[in-house]
Amino acid sequence: MAGPLKKEKAGVVDEGIDVGISRLSEAKIQSVINGVIESETGARLKTYVETCIHCGLCSEACHYYLSHDKDPHYSPVGKVKQTIWEMLRKKGRVSPEFIRRAAIIAHTECNLCKRCTQYCPFGIDITYLMSVVRRIIHKLGVTPLYIQDTAHSHSVTMNQMWVKGDEWPDTLQWQEEEARVEIPDLRIPMEKEGADIMYSVIAPEPKFQAQLIYQAAIIMQVAGVNWTMPASVGWDNSDMAMFTGDNEIMGRLKRSHFETAARLKVKKIVMGECGHAFRSVYDMGNRWLGWSMPPFTIVHAIEFYHDLIKEGRIKIAKKYRPPITLHDPCNVVRGGGLHEKARYVAHALCENVIEMHPNREHNYCCCAGGGVINTGPPFKMTRIEGNRVKAEQLFVAKTKGAEVLVAPCHNCHSGLHDIVHHYEIGLDIKFFGDIIYEVMEKPAQAGP
Amino acid sequence: MHTFYNVVSGPLAWIAFILFFGGSIYRIVRMLMLVAEKEKFIFTYMSWRYSLRSILHWIIPFATVSWRRQPVLTVITFAFHACLIATPLFLLSHVLLWDEAFAISWWTLPDAVADVMAIIVILGAIYFLARRLTQPDVKFITSASDFVILAIVAAPFVTGFLAYHQWLSYPLVMCLHVLAGDIMLAAIPFTRLSHMLFSPFTRAYMGSEFGKVRHARDW
Ligand code: SF4
Ligand code: SF4
Ligand code: SF4
Repeated sequence: MAGPLKKEKAGVVDEGIDVGISRLSEAKIQSVINGVIESETGARLKTYVETCIHCGLCSEACHYYLSHDKDPHYSPVGKVKQTIWEMLRKKGRVSPEFIRRAAIIAHTECNLCKRCTQYCPFGIDITYLMSVVRRIIHKLGVTPLYIQDTAHSHSVTMNQMWVKGDEWPDTLQWQEEEARVEIPDLRIPMEKEGADIMYSVIAPEPKFQAQLIYQAAIIMQVAGVNWTMPASVGWDNSDMAMFTGDNEIMGRLKRSHFETAARLKVKKIVMGECGHAFRSVYDMGNRWLGWSMPPFTIVHAIEFYHDLIKEGRIKIAKKYRPPITLHDPCNVVRGGGLHEKARYVAHALCENVIEMHPNREHNYCCCAGGGVINTGPPFKMTRIEGNRVKAEQLFVAKTKGAEVLVAPCHNCHSGLHDIVHHYEIGLDIKFFGDIIYEVMEKPAQAGP
Repeated sequence: MHTFYNVVSGPLAWIAFILFFGGSIYRIVRMLMLVAEKEKFIFTYMSWRYSLRSILHWIIPFATVSWRRQPVLTVITFAFHACLIATPLFLLSHVLLWDEAFAISWWTLPDAVADVMAIIVILGAIYFLARRLTQPDVKFITSASDFVILAIVAAPFVTGFLAYHQWLSYPLVMCLHVLAGDIMLAAIPFTRLSHMLFSPFTRAYMGSEFGKVRHARDW
């Protein structure tokens, strides 16, 4: 057996986990584990666990494993062994301390990025196994505090960031006003029934990054898109409940999102540059609600920009000069196959695109995803240390001349920011929207 | 010794075959029933095209990134599995037994080739054993059962090899060989050797999810 973990995780204090653990009894643990396994799992769990041949071919896939000098505790199957295997083997008779470790592993040492599934010869879905663990952790009330808080926010406000009812339309109107300085007849159409497109964003946009809404409005206006944003709940497409295993809230969120689109009688939902929201709307939430595929055409920003550029609806005035490198967000690449479209957009916008390797659907995750960044400050270093390989990858891109890192996903953006900062790589991080806004032809430029 | 041989190659062999075929069908049917009962949605996502595309990539050596990253393992595991299945099926002395008992026969391997193939299986098993004992990530997840199934698989080949070369006491080794074969057959559906039965299904499902929903390659 391999030795103990190099870094003592007991040092991490998370109130959500620790207070939750103090309330647990072995009997409760057992009944929750067995309850989830009996009533919520079936052939997948059983077959995955019984088919896994313990070969370790999935190890090399995981950035945590690679970043920790191949410490077996971080290999995908190693994480499965330390969590669900034990729970099954002991028929739920595990200790609170075991649950504490399981919560830390499932919530902070796995991004649910599915890379390992591409490396397992049997296609065993480790992400699914980790999600079952998170579901158990949720039902035991041991979810890390910060991400639990976002789930609470979802539950109370139907958005992730405690944005209050009036703050949302206020923000849109404020951005509309600002953007009108640039394009006087610009509108951010709210509640426009029958528009072609409902544009939805994640709650951090109105909360902290309102300029992204501004930029989107300019792009929509210039491209002549018939679009709208809802004024009521249902505007936020984000979903931390999906990552805490709180499927019931995930279902409520997605229902409200789809129903809002239905109420506005739009043809499509276009989403901002976010990976996890895409996963929630396109893959997870719809399934929970009983839709095998989403009830609306879901268009991620990458695809949307791709189409606008390809159809000539936005024109590039002057290509972006600084060399860029492109991060493939797993949720839209491994989860949506948008990698070639992302490259089309990158090359259309920028003079020089420097590839990182591995890339496309074999990219390394940013280590922020799967809700890991949302577990907040207590686990910041887990994320950063857990992704040294990304730092190395970025560093290579930098030495090849890259100055800007394009990350078309919010979580990736923040996670990569921490990595770039910690490892002192010195790359600017941008969304595609930032660059489009900068290089596109705008009518205002032709004005007085 | 004679009676022992008659038992392992008679009633025990029958039992082994019944357990193997019956058990395999039972396990697969049970799995499908469980899907129908609790996760019916899986059927909705299955696609022949993407299932076969995924399976095809994974049964061809070096056709996946994962295989390419592990060249030594890939060569060994493909050789091991191919010889493991082909040798017992096409061994002349096995086919002769079928012929004697049921008057059916088919193409056979030259004995010298079969001998090399048995050696490949034995060397493969030794490699897997060494890997389990030395590679930290594999060692970490290894349990006693992994050694047991490796022994179950290696035993018929080790004894077969010894019998063919008539080393040690031939009658005894022969009896052990047949017994080991019985055990392996019977164990397939009921141990993790069942990856032989289930891997096409897990692969097909993941291939379908990746192909149909995620529009990404799973290899
Ligand atoms: S982080 Fe990604 S590669 Fe690592 S175990 Fe989790 S899903 Fe697998
Ligand atoms: S690669 Fe697949 S079969 Fe091998 S240990 Fe990992 S999950 Fe199990
Ligand atoms: S944050 Fe970005 S890279 Fe990371 S999991 Fe999400 S989509 Fe993947």
